[in-house]
Amino acid sequence: MAGGQRVAGSGWENRDAPPPATRHPPSARLPWWLRDLIYAAVFIAILIGASYGLDRIPIGGIAYYRRIIVLMGINIILAVSLNIINGHAGQFSLGHAGFMAIGAYFAAFLTVFYFAPYVNKFPEGTEQWLLQNGLLLVAVLLGGALAALAGYIVGLPSLRLRGDYLAIVTLGFGEIIRVFILNINKIGAARGLSGIPNWADFFWVYLFCGITILISWRLVRSSVGRAFLAIREDQIAAEAMGVDTTKYKVKAFIIGSFLAGVAGGLFAHYMMYLNPEMFRFLKSFEVVVMVVLGGLGSISGSVVAAIILTFLPEGLREVKDFLHTNKDPRMVIYSILLIVLMLTRPQGLLGRRELWQVLARRKDTIPTDERDQGDATDRP
Amino acid sequence: MNALLAVRDLEVAYGNIPALHGITIEVQKGEIVTLIGANGAGKTTTLRTISGLLKPRRGEIVFNERNIGGTKPDVITAMGVSHVPEGRGIFANLTVGDNLELGAYVRKEKITDSEYERVFALFPVLKERLKQNAGTLSGGEQQMLAISRALMSKPNVLLLDEPSLGLAPQMVQAIFRVVKEINAEGTTILLVEQNAHMALVTAHRGYVMETGRIVLHDTTKALLASDRVKKAYLGG
Repeated sequence: MAGGQRVAGSGWENRDAPPPATRHPPSARLPWWLRDLIYAAVFIAILIGASYGLDRIPIGGIAYYRRIIVLMGINIILAVSLNIINGHAGQFSLGHAGFMAIGAYFAAFLTVFYFAPYVNKFPEGTEQWLLQNGLLLVAVLLGGALAALAGYIVGLPSLRLRGDYLAIVTLGFGEIIRVFILNINKIGAARGLSGIPNWADFFWVYLFCGITILISWRLVRSSVGRAFLAIREDQIAAEAMGVDTTKYKVKAFIIGSFLAGVAGGLFAHYMMYLNPEMFRFLKSFEVVVMVVLGGLGSISGSVVAAIILTFLPEGLREVKDFLHTNKDPRMVIYSILLIVLMLTRPQGLLGRRELWQVLARRKDTIPTDERDQGDATDRP
Repeated sequence: MNALLAVRDLEVAYGNIPALHGITIEVQKGEIVTLIGANGAGKTTTLRTISGLLKPRRGEIVFNERNIGGTKPDVITAMGVSHVPEGRGIFANLTVGDNLELGAYVRKEKITDSEYERVFALFPVLKERLKQNAGTLSGGEQQMLAISRALMSKPNVLLLDEPSLGLAPQMVQAIFRVVKEINAEGTTILLVEQNAHMALVTAHRGYVMETGRIVLHDTTKALLASDRVKKAYLGG
């Protein structure tokens, strides 16, 4: 912080006590890195197990469910990352599909034109397998990085705007990206980009899902996350407290768009085909709906909403068979459900709380906005 | 002796509409200086410009012998000027404890237990409510929190914008008592108020603003006795 010298003699400076002794003696506990390593190993083991298990469940049409589950993972990454921008930092962005498109196309571009031909030179075997997965990671991360750069470029001038204005700018940006891609012949233009190898699978998607949730989770509890919350709550007061609001808003944008780019890269390597039409602003809306439905600022809310909103349209396919009609009422029911939900719970499924807080119904974490709406009546 | 905080010939405008037409204010170290005046006189604009939320069009703001006019608010806060915004501006959906920690944001170090103790000595009610969401506090408690939060950055100068706004008379008395206490402990205070009587009883010196200009300044004793102030602001 570029502060000048302070004036000596303010009463608030002279009375600093030495910092209090740490409350938890680190004696019997594992060192943090070993503990984290064990957690990571357990998580990866579970993923590998689930990945194998899903392949071998003897149910008809399991491939269909597998596909939905993987797409659900990608939606979770998108929703949780948008929640960092919209929920925690309170900046209403409608351009998430644009960042996803950048990540998807850049990662696919790298794989199709550089990585895949290289991998194919190797004979099938462990070496090729390692190379393939390593290069997938590189492609996805570079896709995320380019999306983050775009987030920075868009964020810097536009984050001085507030509310509706920012939403319009990001909406326009998302469309610009799409039209831009639509006009690059090298990556397929309107024909779409095909021939992307199927490198991403359940394991990779859910690994990044875990990483995204972890980043988001640690972020809110860091000083950066606290700055995000302050900006969301009251921008003027945050500034008066010495929070550089533009800097932190741009940070939120960079982190969110990076993760959206990662989701895009995984999406490309799972779908094996990209088309600019996949990244219309409706895709952005879909993600916004997930975040709002789950409760702005609630990480588990975003996850729950992403799960529901991925499965719901699929589950509603049954309605058509049930009614014995050849007209599909799926999207009508979907829309009505959303309207009913927003009317009954305008603060989202979980409000600003996390899932376990809602289940435990802890009184001291009830956000004020819910109290005002008389939400407290359903508590014992 | 040079003033700790000085504003000279300050002009501020919102777009094309001027709000301040060249005002000059000096605050000596250890003083409570009050800025009184009617709605729209430019009191809040003055404070916001000092803390960097607004950019001056002309004139200078000198704090601790450095010109801080046009500097970004986070830098000014780090230098030791803390602003309690009008309407309190607490973070309603965060806990009282989180609010206090955000007050210490520019320090890059944790709040020590002794600092918490000092705040709780000034405002005991905050201790009970530490884990509660700030939005569930009463208006007076929110004002206490806003002042405590501003103190967490260890300011040399505290800018208070209408601390009595919307509070019960008893609460106003309590807040002003604490303002005096904070000042007695060494923090210089620039106080903006519409409650002219309370402000003049509390402060050492006062400036009277009308439509973007300083029209009077004197010791508060003299201002309380002045016919013009009595007539316009004290209802007699």
